[in-house]
Amino acid sequence: MDLSPDERRIAEGAEGPAKAMSMRLVAETGRLLGAPRLLTVASAHVDGCLYHGDSGTHFAERLAADRGRVAVPTTLNVGALDMLHPDRVKGDAHHREMAGRMMRAYEQLGCRPTWTCAPYQAGHRPALGTDVAWGESNAVAFCNSVLGARTNRYGDFLDIACALVGRAPDYGLHRKENRRATVIVDTSGLSPALRDADVFYPVLGTWLGAVIGSEIAAITGLPPGQNEDRLKALGAAAASAGAVGLFHVVGSTPEAPTLAAATQGGTARTIRLTPEMIRAARDRLSTASEGAIDCIALGSPHFSEGEMSELRRLAAGRRFRMPVYVCTRRDLVEKSDLSDLEDAGAVIVADTCVVVTPILPDTGGTLMTNSGKFAHYGPANLGYDVVYGSLADCVETAVEGRLLRAEALWR
Amino acid sequence: MTALSGEMLVAGKGTGTILRVDHALSFWGGVDPKTARITDPRHPRHNECLTGRVVALAELRGSSSSSAVLLELIHAKIAPAAILLRDTDAILALGALVAREMGYGDLAMLKMSRDDFALLVEGRHAHVEGPRVVLD
Repeated sequence: MDLSPDERRIAEGAEGPAKAMSMRLVAETGRLLGAPRLLTVASAHVDGCLYHGDSGTHFAERLAADRGRVAVPTTLNVGALDMLHPDRVKGDAHHREMAGRMMRAYEQLGCRPTWTCAPYQAGHRPALGTDVAWGESNAVAFCNSVLGARTNRYGDFLDIACALVGRAPDYGLHRKENRRATVIVDTSGLSPALRDADVFYPVLGTWLGAVIGSEIAAITGLPPGQNEDRLKALGAAAASAGAVGLFHVVGSTPEAPTLAAATQGGTARTIRLTPEMIRAARDRLSTASEGAIDCIALGSPHFSEGEMSELRRLAAGRRFRMPVYVCTRRDLVEKSDLSDLEDAGAVIVADTCVVVTPILPDTGGTLMTNSGKFAHYGPANLGYDVVYGSLADCVETAVEGRLLRAEALWR
Repeated sequence: MTALSGEMLVAGKGTGTILRVDHALSFWGGVDPKTARITDPRHPRHNECLTGRVVALAELRGSSSSSAVLLELIHAKIAPAAILLRDTDAILALGALVAREMGYGDLAMLKMSRDDFALLVEGRHAHVEGPRVVLD
């Protein structure tokens, strides 16, 4: 690992202790990954601002006390408090205090208080081919796959360290040759109706994460020009089921106008998806298939304007008989009128989400979701059983007060 | 006694019995930072406690917050005695690197070859120091 004279000077403390510690972390990570050097990044997205324990707060406060300041535009992922609706979070006083201190420390470091896992829908959209340092697995997958900007999966602490020094190790997905698809996932054996249904995309992502992991796939056979919310759902599910940092969807994502572009002309093995494989992936997302549903959880990643409109259209003015938690970006809450959804029984959650923060009643129970990521993490993080379904299934279940799931698509 | 040697990701030393985790594990959402137990009910080692064990971890997956969970385990002094990986995982290593920078202590983390990883059987006693792993 070759550090430039400037980088070495910073690591030795010439620009203060916060930058020095950050440079050492970036360089040390680069060394263990076998990176030959560091490269310059244009922006960062920080996931380290979610409270998991006091150590993370102490780390951020150390950087802030040492007068650290981000060197590049930096957005923040969710925190562990809903600052627009402070009563939503049930954590004890210690949790609230330490989570709040952590969020303030990251703001002091000069990060934009976006508090969202969908920064790419809050205006942070680096251009195709730009090197950036992003954290949070869904944000990383979207940044690489849908924007075509280049980032590795930067873990908590390395994300802010990269932001403070404006550098990242030159390895992995920063290099074009490592962005090549080595496996082709052919969906053409699935029914056209399934391939064009929103509910399919988190399931495809779950399969991709579990089976392909950190390999890079080129998915073929999907209708071209897939919308961003479907790709976001696919990536989020893939990155929670496995270490997926980049995928290509031929005809939809920027590095895959054609299959040959996605594979960069190289060889790749092919996997043909069958309806059985996809049904098995769908079934893995649920831990229950019958019985009472206690609530609906939506918005992982955070709901977009389009998803909010779709929820409104499906609800069609009807009242929900159970809480429908909708997690979304604060900038969307601030600029939209969501009172009709709230009147119907929706509980809007901003800045955080129900799977990372205690918001749901701690009685346990069964939640229904259209998010592959919520389905994946719900049982372990919340102690709730999970039923996976489409957004329409979730709305009908909420309105009728009993589990309703359309099965026809999956047969 | 068997002596193995791995690639040192984070320097340290530790002794304990091996907890072998073959199925991919995410520390965030899979390990409780307050108890060090595997909380994912879908994981085959559900409920096992990592504290004081030499954890042989075949595959990491998912969250980029796994570094934060490992840091919290080290800070709370309920961390594994050492972590032996089959593949380098920068996210997990970062938790140990930050712990060192913050003065919380050193957690040994090594990357083992596939052949050596296969020798890390459940319950065997292991001493890890620098790049060396000694199995009793």
